[in-house]
Amino acid sequence: MSTLLEVNGISVTFDGFRAINNLSFNIGPAEMRAIIGPNGAGKTTFMDIVTGKTRPDTGKVLWGELSRNLVGMNEARIAQEGIGRKFQKPTVFEDQTVEENLLMAVKNKRGAFSVLFWKPSDADMNRVAELAAEIGLANELMRKSGELSHGQKQWLEIGMLLAQEPRLLLVDEPAAGMTPEEREKTTDILVEAAKTRAVVVVEHDMEFVRRLNCKVTVLHEGSVLAEGSLDHVTSNQQVIDVYLGR
Amino acid sequence: MQRSFLIKNPSVMIFLAVLTVFTILVTFSSEAFGAGIISTSFVKTLGKTLCLALIAVAMDLVWGYAGILSLGHFAFFGLGGYMIGMWLMYERTKEIVATSMAQNPIPPTAQEVVDGIGTQIFGVVGSSEFPVIWFFADSLFMQLLLVVAVPGVLAFVFGWLAFRSRVTGVYLSILTQAMTLALSLYLFQNDSGLRGNNGLSGLQNLPGVTASQDYVSIWFFWASALALALGYIFAAWIVSGKFGSVIRGIRDNEARVRFLGYSVEGYKLFLFTVTAMIAGVAGALYYPQAGIINPAEIAPIASIYLAVWVAIGGRGRLYGAVLGAVFVSLVSTYFTGGQAPDINLGFYRIQWVDWWTILLGLSFVLVTLFAPKGIGGLFDLIAERRTPDRHGADLGPDQGSLREREAEE
Repeated sequence: MSTLLEVNGISVTFDGFRAINNLSFNIGPAEMRAIIGPNGAGKTTFMDIVTGKTRPDTGKVLWGELSRNLVGMNEARIAQEGIGRKFQKPTVFEDQTVEENLLMAVKNKRGAFSVLFWKPSDADMNRVAELAAEIGLANELMRKSGELSHGQKQWLEIGMLLAQEPRLLLVDEPAAGMTPEEREKTTDILVEAAKTRAVVVVEHDMEFVRRLNCKVTVLHEGSVLAEGSLDHVTSNQQVIDVYLGR
Repeated sequence: MQRSFLIKNPSVMIFLAVLTVFTILVTFSSEAFGAGIISTSFVKTLGKTLCLALIAVAMDLVWGYAGILSLGHFAFFGLGGYMIGMWLMYERTKEIVATSMAQNPIPPTAQEVVDGIGTQIFGVVGSSEFPVIWFFADSLFMQLLLVVAVPGVLAFVFGWLAFRSRVTGVYLSILTQAMTLALSLYLFQNDSGLRGNNGLSGLQNLPGVTASQDYVSIWFFWASALALALGYIFAAWIVSGKFGSVIRGIRDNEARVRFLGYSVEGYKLFLFTVTAMIAGVAGALYYPQAGIINPAEIAPIASIYLAVWVAIGGRGRLYGAVLGAVFVSLVSTYFTGGQAPDINLGFYRIQWVDWWTILLGLSFVLVTLFAPKGIGGLFDLIAERRTPDRHGADLGPDQGSLREREAEE
């Protein structure tokens, strides 16, 4: 199987604390992967490195068919390469309408001048309508996104991610603070997205991970502890000791 | 989304209508074209106020919309003033020198005229040589170009260095203030080539124009009104589209905008440079009406005043910036012009010339505490966009996670 993203032996240290320790990780072009692990295992730092927020001390992050190294590129450049990220806390632009949020995310030229002279085409507006329907916000397009409920904000953010048409989605705790119905819908959106692209989900909630029904990577102290199906990793004694058994 | 720009932004139409009516009223009350109710010096004050409103619009773009609290925009304003001042002073002096030399038995050579101008202009700083920066002073076209080019290039270089290093927030404000202070101190030196602390003077006299100041003042008033109208439309156009969405996004959550694939630095740099150019144009119209420019005009305090105007007027809405600049600068003219009657407390006499800054400081604090939307927020009362006062309590299940100040009553 070809790989879309290959993380190769990265390490990063914060003030003497080794957050990521010789971590390697591969993901294919249309694959769902869940990352679990105790607090401080390096899950968020891993995402920071892939998206360019944190620069690793050593190692490579190779991307796409050309295996280009993402280390050293800035966040905006990496996002343009096709990596989208959803944060733990829903971060949408609360002062702006749902439509404005989505339009900002829809894949188009990102340069200051092309944005300045940009006019929404029918295709853009159709795309926004389509996305809004997909995330269940079709009737909320003109509302300020600050008015949305927590779950709706999470979906809006997922919608913005999909609008970017990324080839890899990094999703940090999407189900946090959601009602059971909202979780179910979130699962559907993610599973649907994983049919055409790679999706990496960081999650604490085992029930949610089970519903994603995908390969699981367990991180511990900055490196991979176990990898495989959920049943496989949950029966691993080491995983039980460091994570599940607490 | 395909509605036209003006229909989508009714406030632009209202603003332009008010500005037009104001311009016509002032014109027909002036000494030159009408009843003479408004003195020429007050016409100049009003014209200058419009220029201040224009730089306030620029400040609102960069601060109210993009969240960059620049304390350096008055430096760009002053530079614009210096650039046009160089031409005005050169040409004016040339006329005088040429007239006096025409009396000589032998007609002067071109070099003698230039030397004569040099002696006249730089005599006060003990020099008669033209510094290199005066190279284009004889060309109106070049100096007009420099009005936007010099602030633009300075802002671009400064912004490139600052934004690239991801300096944000209060640190960026301090940097811009340091830039302003450095520029002002440099210009105070006699060998800076711009006549040190004497500055450039006699700028109200337009070379080759024999009309009285009554007329000149109205011309500049019109030019200022036109510049404000164009600047306002331009600013409204910038913030109305996706570019506006992106810069407001940068203000609210810079990191998120980066992860959407927008190069935040590029956007900030573009906006910083463009607003510096607008500030330069405003300055180029302001100082011929003021008649004199000196380095004290560029001092950091001026840029701080600018931030105060925009804050009092209401950040993040363009008409708020205009209102703040007009209101505060006119009230300031009233208090510092000796027109306000002193208040005699018996044991102490409050003289407004001294106490005005305290009043201004106090109103700034009060606005920040009790009316964060500023004067512009008053328009929300008309538009019935009131927010419920629930003292931070949550808004109940229907309203979801609506923040208090976003909710409508």
